[in-house]
Amino acid sequence: MLKLDKVTKTYRIGTFGSKELHAVSDVSFDIKDGEVVSLIGESGSGKTTIGKMVLHLTPISSGTILLDETDVSALKEDEEKEYYRTVQGVFQDPFSSYNPIFKADRIFEIIHDIFYPDVDEEAWKEKVHKALKDVGLNPEHVLDKFPHQLSGGQLQRFLIARALLLDIKFLVADEIISMLDASTRIDVLNLLAELKKKGLSILFITHDLSLANYISERAVILYRGCIAEMGTTEKIFNSPRHPYTQMLIASVPRLDQKWDKAVTIEENSDPIGYEDGCVYYGRCPLAYEKCRERPVPVEIDTDHFVACWKVTDPHT
Amino acid sequence: MSLKVENLTVYYQTLRGDVQALEDVSFEIADGEIMGLAGESGCGKTTLAHSLIYLSPPMKYVKGSVQLDGRNLPVERMQDMVSFRCNDISIIPQYAMNALNPIRKIGKMIEELVEAKKMDFEAIKPELLRRLDLVKLPREVLDMYPIELSGGMKQRMVMVISTILNPSLLIADEVTSALDVASQKAVAEMLVEFRDQDCTNSMIVVTHDISILYQIADSIMIMYAGQLAEKASTKTIINSPRHPYTKMLISSLPEIGVKYTDKRLEGIPGKPPLLLDPPIGCRFRERCPLAFDKCEEVPPFIEIEENHFVACWKETEDLA
Repeated sequence: MLKLDKVTKTYRIGTFGSKELHAVSDVSFDIKDGEVVSLIGESGSGKTTIGKMVLHLTPISSGTILLDETDVSALKEDEEKEYYRTVQGVFQDPFSSYNPIFKADRIFEIIHDIFYPDVDEEAWKEKVHKALKDVGLNPEHVLDKFPHQLSGGQLQRFLIARALLLDIKFLVADEIISMLDASTRIDVLNLLAELKKKGLSILFITHDLSLANYISERAVILYRGCIAEMGTTEKIFNSPRHPYTQMLIASVPRLDQKWDKAVTIEENSDPIGYEDGCVYYGRCPLAYEKCRERPVPVEIDTDHFVACWKVTDPHT
Repeated sequence: MSLKVENLTVYYQTLRGDVQALEDVSFEIADGEIMGLAGESGCGKTTLAHSLIYLSPPMKYVKGSVQLDGRNLPVERMQDMVSFRCNDISIIPQYAMNALNPIRKIGKMIEELVEAKKMDFEAIKPELLRRLDLVKLPREVLDMYPIELSGGMKQRMVMVISTILNPSLLIADEVTSALDVASQKAVAEMLVEFRDQDCTNSMIVVTHDISILYQIADSIMIMYAGQLAEKASTKTIINSPRHPYTKMLISSLPEIGVKYTDKRLEGIPGKPPLLLDPPIGCRFRERCPLAFDKCEEVPPFIEIEENHFVACWKETEDLA
């Protein structure tokens, strides 16, 4: 379905762009048909940047993103429309995804005008009703309302319904439930699970590990733009090997056990030695000489990749 | 008894009428207690936190009293509260990372704050430095601008500033919500450390994340649509809640290790009522699977076991 190969995103920063910032470096992974893959990372780990590159909202510095046979980086302007028929995104803040001056259903009208100008009003109305029912909303209750009259969960489901109108095959869900309340967020998650059963592939971007675990088959852990660890969710959560993943999982607040005091290692405000070496060097309790070289993800078990010298090259 | 709130009612004034954001709230916090205050957005938890320290328009005091360490807190009079703020009751505001003045060095900013309280900065400085060590911030931060600090560091800086005068009650409003898991854990653990080191006597931790409260709070109070639903020790709320809202809320939380394929979690159908014209009686009635006729009356917040308060007719009908 989707294949990322050595994708890199570099921003020029500083005066006259004299410095480079690697937001994403050499990220490769793929997503199969009907699969949910979680992209997990802290703020600044490059997870949103990857989502934006897949959606062709930001150019790729190097590497390729292939969706089936389409090369996303080489999309021409006139091919974009076709691309967006199959790939859509839903973003974090549902309130800022709408224009507050217009009614919320305007997002459906726009889709109608741009993608389906030939469909007549009646048939279109039916299609909208069906999409709304698919996302668990009652069209009678939610149509013809302004964004402020709907709750965050409803608005977020509206956006998913909008994506469904387009017969999409791939959805980029960027932190779509972090703004929602506990009582409604689980409904949106369950909705994603339903859609997945119908064959939709989803890139689920999140910083919340328990949500990722709930919904996805595979997970990719990002740190400072590099893949630290990836593989099936069971392996990542039950037997994490990268020190960063281990620390992350130990820091998740749980309802069945209390935190272990010792394990947290906080963000270093002035990380050193990560330009060419392991990006986790400044925070890692196990760092040693070899870590001045950048580790690459190595498959240590079936579908379980780790980028850490201590794990992949224990003899040095 | 550190804090005692009785029948506190606070509305928001709007052109379309009063939004009844806080209705007849009564509870107590013991000395040294860390109380978690949880609920969905719009349930009135931030309104409650703010009305204890800074009840400013459009918030409108309607009735009720607040006592802190046996003294009456004049929450309804903004001016009279000045001498209590920071000295006796203090707050770590929501979005604390944006609470620092971006054009002042942090040390200078603290100096100005302390002088505004008519106190000598030099006398406070040794304690300030000790507190910085406590939250694991380098002392050099005093010579830095806020932009040079990461989000978690700014959050901790604000924690130090809020507690520098050793308030009796500290309110932490959503302090962990905007942080990454690792910083979240560090900040939450520091809140406990502040209490243990007597930087503050008792604490109210406002958050929507109940799993954080399970880690740090002694007791949890659940609010729904401006009313109190349940208050009990953390263990009781998590393991044997009695109010239907609490039960549904706890069971909708995805835990690590739970997958939708093994165990499909359910949300709570419906949405909270608008507080401009709230339903009569129990405000959870519309969404409650157990609702019956009696629920058209407001359920009293009653102690059903020691230190376990519930506002639900199903639980308290025999007692009332």
